[in-house]
Amino acid sequence: MGNPAIPTISESFDEVLQYRDLLYMLTWRDIKARYKQSMMGFFWAILMPLLIVGAGILVRFAFSMSSGHHINVTDISGIALKSLPWAFFVGAIKFGTNSMVSNPNLVTKIYFPREVFPLAAVLASLFDAVIASSVVIVLLIVSGVGASVQLLWVPLILVLIVLFTAALAMFLSCANLFFRDVKYLVDVTMTFGIFFTPVFYDASMLHKWAPLVLLNPLGALLEALNSAVILHQAPSLPWLGYAAAWAILGLLAAWRIFDRAEASFAETI
Amino acid sequence: MSEIALEFDGVWKKFRKGEIHDSLRDLIPALTRGIFSRNGTGELEEREFWALHEISFQVQRGEAFGIIGANGAGKSTTLKLLSRILRPNRGRITAHGRLSALIEVGAGFHQDLTGRENVYLNGSILGMKRQEIARKFDEIVDFAGIGDFIDTPVKRYSSGMYARLGFAVAAHVDPEILLVDEVLSVGDMQFQEKCFERMRRVVAGGTTVIFVSHNLQAVQMLCSRTMFLKSGTASRIGPTSEVITEYLRAPSGKSSAEYPSTISDISLCGEDGTPKTNFSPSERAQLRFTIHPSEPLEECLLGLIVHRATDSLVVCDYNLPLSEVAPFSPDASGRVPLVVGLSMNLLRGAYAFSLHLLHRPSSKYLGRAFRVSNFFIEETASWQGVSHLNPNVKTGVFAECTPKRP
Repeated sequence: MGNPAIPTISESFDEVLQYRDLLYMLTWRDIKARYKQSMMGFFWAILMPLLIVGAGILVRFAFSMSSGHHINVTDISGIALKSLPWAFFVGAIKFGTNSMVSNPNLVTKIYFPREVFPLAAVLASLFDAVIASSVVIVLLIVSGVGASVQLLWVPLILVLIVLFTAALAMFLSCANLFFRDVKYLVDVTMTFGIFFTPVFYDASMLHKWAPLVLLNPLGALLEALNSAVILHQAPSLPWLGYAAAWAILGLLAAWRIFDRAEASFAETI
Repeated sequence: MSEIALEFDGVWKKFRKGEIHDSLRDLIPALTRGIFSRNGTGELEEREFWALHEISFQVQRGEAFGIIGANGAGKSTTLKLLSRILRPNRGRITAHGRLSALIEVGAGFHQDLTGRENVYLNGSILGMKRQEIARKFDEIVDFAGIGDFIDTPVKRYSSGMYARLGFAVAAHVDPEILLVDEVLSVGDMQFQEKCFERMRRVVAGGTTVIFVSHNLQAVQMLCSRTMFLKSGTASRIGPTSEVITEYLRAPSGKSSAEYPSTISDISLCGEDGTPKTNFSPSERAQLRFTIHPSEPLEECLLGLIVHRATDSLVVCDYNLPLSEVAPFSPDASGRVPLVVGLSMNLLRGAYAFSLHLLHRPSSKYLGRAFRVSNFFIEETASWQGVSHLNPNVKTGVFAECTPKRP
């Protein structure tokens, strides 16, 4: 204890596990505090993805007007499906980036594994996503997308999205503690990131340039989700593998960087 | 299992003055340096200073260990190192047992959440399990004396209620090792008493306690051993009363520069006139000093205050008219030597004098000397309190005490 040596990932993971009650409480605090003194409460969790879906439909409608290729129910269902993880990703990254900087008192006054901050931010955003998903699921059923055996891919894809988000949130929360520039960089990237990620459009629309947006692991994951749920096709395995490598190795790397930097958090914040 | 609960072994900690990176121009060389030299334990770089150097001590299981020292001596840094919030640059810190640090009460409170929600939140931040909090919930609310306000957001609390609830949660953590930093000073007198009682129970219950405080009286009453930190070094580690005595004897650098020369040459002597700082309660003492009044002596009052040095409690506060002292013709420089005889009828402890000279017609201070001449009362008995009233217990009938009816 108190040894300057950096813990191994499994030691560090065990410690977070020991503090799971705290992880739960901080997640709960973030959810609860966000909707305190707001009249619409949890409705906000639905409104955000709904707005993205609305914007997406408008953009696709404009595409169809200029290309003569009519917009159909499949396109709209795809946009609704992909908007939800995108809203989760943006929320979790923005919130996660600030998770330590906005709690200086806890960082400098009380000890617990600091990983809890970005992880709680991701979980709180996940909670919002789960609420919003009820609306999306109803939408998908009503639009007659139907079911197939390919839906079995969905849990894996969702887990990979969460892991990738967690990796990025951990890294960015730590970077933002040292350099406040990170916050502004994240804000700008998240605002325009939707154009570089196949949310409103499908990667296939770019034909031979499709890999350009699939190199973004989130793009590859959203496309995989679209294949499994809307198109009833197995996702492209190479691209899914590529995204999985990003999610898993990214999380390990981010965790390691976080642990290395943790010793100087209280002095630097 | 070892009997040592905590150990500091040659611990050094450095901090940096000023901003960390003022500009990109500083940052880039700093980063390259960071990459090429595995930063760490090394020597001081520019603008760095040692906040702690070469601190070593051990705390036994169940012991209450005090840390005292002036502001900036490194007390809180020591606690933060112990609780792993900070990491040492050199040396080793070991702790055996579940450790909880009370560095700031209510640090984890969220303004918008209610008292109830914050009890759960803060409890888990301090390392309690949810079931444990649920079990102790009523006890915590009862201790804080919050009552019906428990379901009100804490941003509407008075600062006293806020601090009380914060302390109440922290006081119910039940760790094996408890680190406490100056948190007994929250709330009103009654609540402070309650906190102090709680601390005593914790110590008596066998918890290892590290107690940092400026309230020397509290340190004296709680801790068996104490460390005196002086600008980052352990000046003395030993039995609490000895360490406190040494701390009070150390020159504080404080002087009453405002009124430099009107009260001077202050010394405390025994009845025979030899300088002396340690007395027994039955002794008499002489406080000798020279005044240099700019106004006629008979218009002046001499203020004489005796404080308990450990907590500034005022033992007595006299305003003695100088019109009645025997007339004395000052020498050419206008100086008047004065001698005040006192009976030292105090309980064991450390005390200090403050003096002032007041011009009565204008209500102006002609001179002040604050906290000069520390002295120590030594006796074998160890009663708590300030003054001896020499109690005399007998059995008998109360006839002569019966109040007379009109």
